[in-house]
Amino acid sequence: MTTPAIPELNYLNTAYGTRSWLLTKDHKRIALLYLVSATVFFGLGGVFAALVRFELATPAGDLLSPDTYNKMFTMHGVVMVFFFLIPAIPAIIGNFLIPIMLGAKDLAFPRINLLSWYIYIIGGVFTLYAIVVGGVDTGWTFYTPYSSAASNTNVLATGVGIFITGFSSILTGLNFIVTIHRMRAPGLTWFRLPLFVWAHYATSLIQILGTPVVAVTILMLAAERAFGIGIFDPARGGDPVLFQHLFWFYSHPAVYIMILPAMGVISEVVACFSRKPVFGYSFVAFSSLAIAAFGFLVWAHHMFVSGISPYAALVFSFLSFAVAIPSAVKMFNWTATMYKGALWLQSPLIYAFGFFGLFTIGGLTGLFLASLGTDVHMHDTYFVVAHFHYIMVGGTLMGYLAAMHFWWPKITGRMYPEGWAKFAALIVFVGFNLTFFPQFLLGYLGMPRRYHVYPPEFQVLNVLSTAGATILAVGYAIPLIYFIWSAKYGKVAGPNPWNATGLEWTTQSPPLTENFIETPVVTDEPYNYARLGAHGG
Amino acid sequence: MNSVSPLFPEQASTIAPQVDALYFFLIGVTVVFTGLIATAMCVFAYKYRRRTESDVGEPIHSSLVLEIVWTVIPFLIAMAIFGWSASIYFQIVHPPAETLEIYAVGKRWMWKFQHIDGQREINELHLPASRAVKLTMSSEDVIHDVFVPAFRVKADAIPGRYTSIWFTPTTPGEYHLFCAEYCGTRHSGMIGKVVVMKPHDYQQWLQGGDTEGSLADRGRRLFQELACVSCHSTEGSGRGPTLQGVFGSQVSLSNGTTVTADDNYIRESILRPQVKLVAGYQPQMPTFQGLVDEEGLMALLEYVKSMQKTATPQP
Repeated sequence: MTTPAIPELNYLNTAYGTRSWLLTKDHKRIALLYLVSATVFFGLGGVFAALVRFELATPAGDLLSPDTYNKMFTMHGVVMVFFFLIPAIPAIIGNFLIPIMLGAKDLAFPRINLLSWYIYIIGGVFTLYAIVVGGVDTGWTFYTPYSSAASNTNVLATGVGIFITGFSSILTGLNFIVTIHRMRAPGLTWFRLPLFVWAHYATSLIQILGTPVVAVTILMLAAERAFGIGIFDPARGGDPVLFQHLFWFYSHPAVYIMILPAMGVISEVVACFSRKPVFGYSFVAFSSLAIAAFGFLVWAHHMFVSGISPYAALVFSFLSFAVAIPSAVKMFNWTATMYKGALWLQSPLIYAFGFFGLFTIGGLTGLFLASLGTDVHMHDTYFVVAHFHYIMVGGTLMGYLAAMHFWWPKITGRMYPEGWAKFAALIVFVGFNLTFFPQFLLGYLGMPRRYHVYPPEFQVLNVLSTAGATILAVGYAIPLIYFIWSAKYGKVAGPNPWNATGLEWTTQSPPLTENFIETPVVTDEPYNYARLGAHGG
Repeated sequence: MNSVSPLFPEQASTIAPQVDALYFFLIGVTVVFTGLIATAMCVFAYKYRRRTESDVGEPIHSSLVLEIVWTVIPFLIAMAIFGWSASIYFQIVHPPAETLEIYAVGKRWMWKFQHIDGQREINELHLPASRAVKLTMSSEDVIHDVFVPAFRVKADAIPGRYTSIWFTPTTPGEYHLFCAEYCGTRHSGMIGKVVVMKPHDYQQWLQGGDTEGSLADRGRRLFQELACVSCHSTEGSGRGPTLQGVFGSQVSLSNGTTVTADDNYIRESILRPQVKLVAGYQPQMPTFQGLVDEEGLMALLEYVKSMQKTATPQP
């Protein structure tokens, strides 16, 4: 094997200068624009989280004032949910990979793709403005009538920021769906698609169908707050619980916008590093669609103690149990994929293992909250906080890191230091569990969420959680450093460092602006590692 | 509150052991499934580790039998949990016929309680052990939530309507009372304590302190001050219907429908009398929105209920 070199012509060096980036229509460059901006938002959200955790190291409110504390957890949630978790995998990894995985030159609408990024940035700027001029303190859930009638913080500016960013999400979803329908290479039938593409297809459906609802909800909130039109505030004849229905009609499916793309990543990684096809391909593919569909029918499980009819609660509890099944099916299929594989324990697989552990716990603790009898006690406690962090951080972020490690050589043409990558995975896993596992116990003990001060008997578990958060921060900083380092100094990767199947590995690393010199023709099933074996790697 | 285990809350209501039993079962399910997956992962990662660079896995594609097994078994387990949890929930949401009623108002950032006998408390709630207690709640501003971890129950207090929660305390002692719905600056200061007393001690506590008569008495005085009495006479000869025996009855409305006169109906009829007008009466009652606060409304409600209690059976 000769030592490979970075290809002379690739998407990174076809043009230089700020203009070539800010006006690019190349999906790969747009993905990198998203990577940089989402990383900035992640850092910002992380700082807010750190302040929350340090405040909670002692029972008294001694670091931040009550109002500042309330703003910190609110802005942590707003920034992380709307500006990191929702766009992270689709807009960065999906943007980069979907056209290449389909054998296409770009997404169906390259200009709209760039527009999506600009809309995301404009929404982000509005939200940053709201933060700079004093922040917002409603919680990321914006419950009325607190948000519409009581809070005197920057609810409108934040709402406008989220409203605008929603359009970015809708346009990206639209772009993906059209691309997946219309731009598949010859021979790339639906059941030869990588499962990553199936997962993004399901995600895009939710983005298109769900996001307009949150947009309308924010408009109604703004109408009430700015013009006094009574919709949610009972003092003006409104219904405060109506807001919760509307908000969760989007925001519960939004959790699946975050987790489905991560599931797509895991399917790719498990297949590649087990050196065999994903077990039960069509079950994994359709379970993504099932999650997208059922995900729209469970929203009122956030409202079991909000005075809704017990019979409505019964239906939503049942459906919440139902939505757990397709996720369980995926977990079993991934586990079965490893059976009789040839497991290559590289860092993407290590991160995927982290996903398995954390997502399994996150999913199963969801049953505690879908259960009516236990949810009445656990609702709005730290148990809920722990549960959704296991899904959204343990699941989505582990999936995101698995993806970054798996496709980094494709994105940059260079390898990161494998030893450091494994070390960081371990730190993240340990730090994550130390941060969030004690919160399950705190929740069952009865510590409510969004508490600035708390009874002293909860301190030990809070200190453990804060210590874990410190470790977790280190775990996230390490990959940031070695990724930046490796972009310049890493070992040259070559087109297919993992010896993986999939069209993205048939082109050079980094790819050409057009991705392929000739449109590839697909004649093979996905994940056909047996063929690679026959050829001796 | 004093002898709390660091990992598990005290049980101080009749429902608490049932909730905890389901909680432990769910922990069992979580441990079993997480253990299964983690074990399989570790065993496969070791047993089927790649030995040479050209090593590939056995191309096993799918097994319908397995897919059915691992869809149906988790589904059945989920349905068992669903049924079990729903049966607990229906106990939590359906109070027994005989309860000790207490009224609660949430206000940023305090809890105000009114006992039927006239005692009023702020951020403290005294209760007798071994007796079913029902809290009827509302809020003066934003959404709050009454949460007593030792009882394993909580319910939102929502402005503009009544919600309720019930429980039977079992063990005398002092327990945390938290506001569990985020309500602004001093949300975490909106806490208090529930004091569960032996029935005898509770009776003594009821005697102590000076009250302005029972809650229904206070309601009756308000009923006169607000001049409700000038239309709603006892005999029903006034411009408005009599309220004697109205609580809990079926009321025929002017639009031809019938409603049950429950807490929320009485409340709405005081604040927005035109919405559900009783059949046969003119829409001439003014609104009392802004003229009577949440606690006053509860006193009026209790007075209306007391008229029910003394009513002679209708033929």
